[in-house]
Amino acid sequence: MNGLLVLIPIALFLGLLGLAAFFWSLKRGQFDDMDGAALRIFVEDEEDKAVQP
Amino acid sequence: MNALASLAPRPAPRPATPPALIERDFAVPDIRCAGCISKLEQGLVRDSRIHSARVNFTEKRVHVSCTADAQMPDLLGAFTSLGFEAHPIGDGPKDIDPDAANSRELLRAVAVSGFAMMNIMLLSVSVWSGAAGVTRDLFHWLSALIALPTIAYAGRPFFRSAWRALAHGHTNMDVPISIGVTLATALSLYETATHGPHAYFDSAVMLLFFLLCGRWLDSVMRDRARGGVTALLRNMGTGAMVFDSDGSTRWVDATELNPGMIMLVAAGERLAADGVIVAGASRIDLSLLTGESAPQEAGMDDVVHAGTLNLETPIRVRVTAAGTDTAIADIARLMGEASQGKSRYVRIADRAARLYAPAVHTLALMAFGGWMLAGAGWHDALLISVAVLIITCPCALGLAVPAAQIVAAGALMKVGVLIKDGSALERLAEVDRALIDKTGTLTLGRPVASNLHEIAPEHHALLLALARASRHPLSAALTRDLGAQGIAAADVTNVQETPGFGVEAQWQGHVVSLGRPQQGDAGTELATELAIDMQPVALVRFADALRPDAIEAIAALKAQGIDAMILSGDRAAAVAPVARTLGLTAITGMSPQDKLAAIARHTGAGHKVLMIGDGLNDGPALAAGHASMAPGSASDVGKNASDCIFLGDRLMPVADTIRMARRTQAIVRQNFMLAIGYNVIAVPLAFAGLVTPLVAALAMSGSSLIVVSNALRLKTTLK
Repeated sequence: MNGLLVLIPIALFLGLLGLAAFFWSLKRGQFDDMDGAALRIFVEDEEDKAVQP
Repeated sequence: MNALASLAPRPAPRPATPPALIERDFAVPDIRCAGCISKLEQGLVRDSRIHSARVNFTEKRVHVSCTADAQMPDLLGAFTSLGFEAHPIGDGPKDIDPDAANSRELLRAVAVSGFAMMNIMLLSVSVWSGAAGVTRDLFHWLSALIALPTIAYAGRPFFRSAWRALAHGHTNMDVPISIGVTLATALSLYETATHGPHAYFDSAVMLLFFLLCGRWLDSVMRDRARGGVTALLRNMGTGAMVFDSDGSTRWVDATELNPGMIMLVAAGERLAADGVIVAGASRIDLSLLTGESAPQEAGMDDVVHAGTLNLETPIRVRVTAAGTDTAIADIARLMGEASQGKSRYVRIADRAARLYAPAVHTLALMAFGGWMLAGAGWHDALLISVAVLIITCPCALGLAVPAAQIVAAGALMKVGVLIKDGSALERLAEVDRALIDKTGTLTLGRPVASNLHEIAPEHHALLLALARASRHPLSAALTRDLGAQGIAAADVTNVQETPGFGVEAQWQGHVVSLGRPQQGDAGTELATELAIDMQPVALVRFADALRPDAIEAIAALKAQGIDAMILSGDRAAAVAPVARTLGLTAITGMSPQDKLAAIARHTGAGHKVLMIGDGLNDGPALAAGHASMAPGSASDVGKNASDCIFLGDRLMPVADTIRMARRTQAIVRQNFMLAIGYNVIAVPLAFAGLVTPLVAALAMSGSSLIVVSNALRLKTTLK
């Protein structure tokens, strides 16, 4: 029972943290371009190209 | 003086005063791969006026921040030089529409209810696995603590809609949902306070979560399509170069054009407003306005309309009407009348709800009354009727339709078809007659070089080199056609363009030119001539060509039991060859009213008409058809009026869309059957008082999973 009193608030807090993180990322527009995010891994930075002879 | 000037700090390299930046959005439909993203983002910033560029791949948009002195044509030119066609999207607060905000709100509600559902489930599982006494009470109170604010927040969309329906004296799907959730919560609170064994907080929140998922999917689908359509709205030209009183020119947005302004319309540019030509003469492409494929001569004092395309030489136009006044009043009025029929269509989920809601209420009342008569006491009777309400709540039903439709819309979007909403898919599934416009719909609606094979191959490279240097519509067509054949351009120097005549350049010591044919081609046909040292060597003719797979697409429609017919505003002579090639009957020279009448005739004969068209003149017909489609090259009016838009040059997406719509409808019906089958099993259990919160949770999530996985089968339909 004592363990529960500690663990439940922790569980709830972690859950709320996740929810807050989701809201934060939603607000920052991280879900605005879902398909583009998958493709950006293939985009080379211009700096990389510039060093090549 | 000179010494003083050199002592003063130079303004340019000083980083402390960055120029004021303005933000602009462009629709770039051709973004297809990671290569395009890097090309655009890294290429655009090479222009010193463009500070940063960010591609949104999903919406095919580019967000650019540039210095205030970057004019719209320069920015568009920067895109063109990278090989992309860009269209400015109107900026300002009007773009933040209430529907997108609604979707955000729903997503937040989904997140909150999802969070609450998981935590309450955590506590519930402990109760089900045998927690008793003080622990159970504590867990119930904790559940209540999480559930009450969640229901108050996430339940709002349902409560609001249910209240609105009741206030108008009718009922909808949200009424049983609201009653069920409220009753379950109230009863659970009572149970918790009296140390009862069962609390339904998990069921109530889970119900909200699943239903919100359905709502959110539905709303996302509409958002995505609307985003796509907004990105395509462009034909009105979103602005014009306007002469100031001192003779200088500046770019003016379409919304700020006023009657009396003089605008300069370059060759290949669409007019942004109605007006009268005050200088110059050119040929105007009216195909979007009237469906006529042959360009029309326009000279001094001729009236020209917004949305038409200037083909040949720059002209000056005095604006007579701008903004919302430009849409021809007649067409606007006809559209208003025509669209009323469509708004009477009742969606399949709402049709189901009309039967479902009363049935659910009757069942719950019967359960309550029956157990009261059987002498169970009001508390037990109420508990059982709440269980009935929760079990029958249209959880699977609320997911059945949107899940199938969003999977279908996603698959269609991959092949370049934008569906505006779920109702469009339902109506598309019912059509059995297609009426198709010719210019721009069956045909490409733009000039295509028709005799390239007759021209000596050694001239092709030269043609490409000259055509590339010009933005004239015929040059653009030639560049596209030759580029598609993989021809490398010849090496030419000193390229010069003379508006109205053509392009001239030096090539291996010869003067080469591409331009208006010398022997004054009198016909309405479009042509351009290649000359070497003033001697004509090749004449390229242009014609509006049929879409490459038009014949197959019409055959595919026929195989689906849809008879097609051509309705054209063009002359009979221009329509006849197309009709002959496709083996279709055609009615020609039709006005917008005639097209409306034709649709009314077919509807009267019991057919569900699919209208496919692109022009302004097709607008009323598109609005009147039971369902309608427009190509991506259509006029804004056409795109707004139609239910769905197909991109690209192929016509086959039309047949694919119908196939997908029918398949979706079949899946939706299956899902309904599954939901009903589930109720047939679960309702007697609830009646018998056997449904504990554990059973309710299993039944609800199980049925939702089944309908969603059934909907996912649609993904493979188009493969």
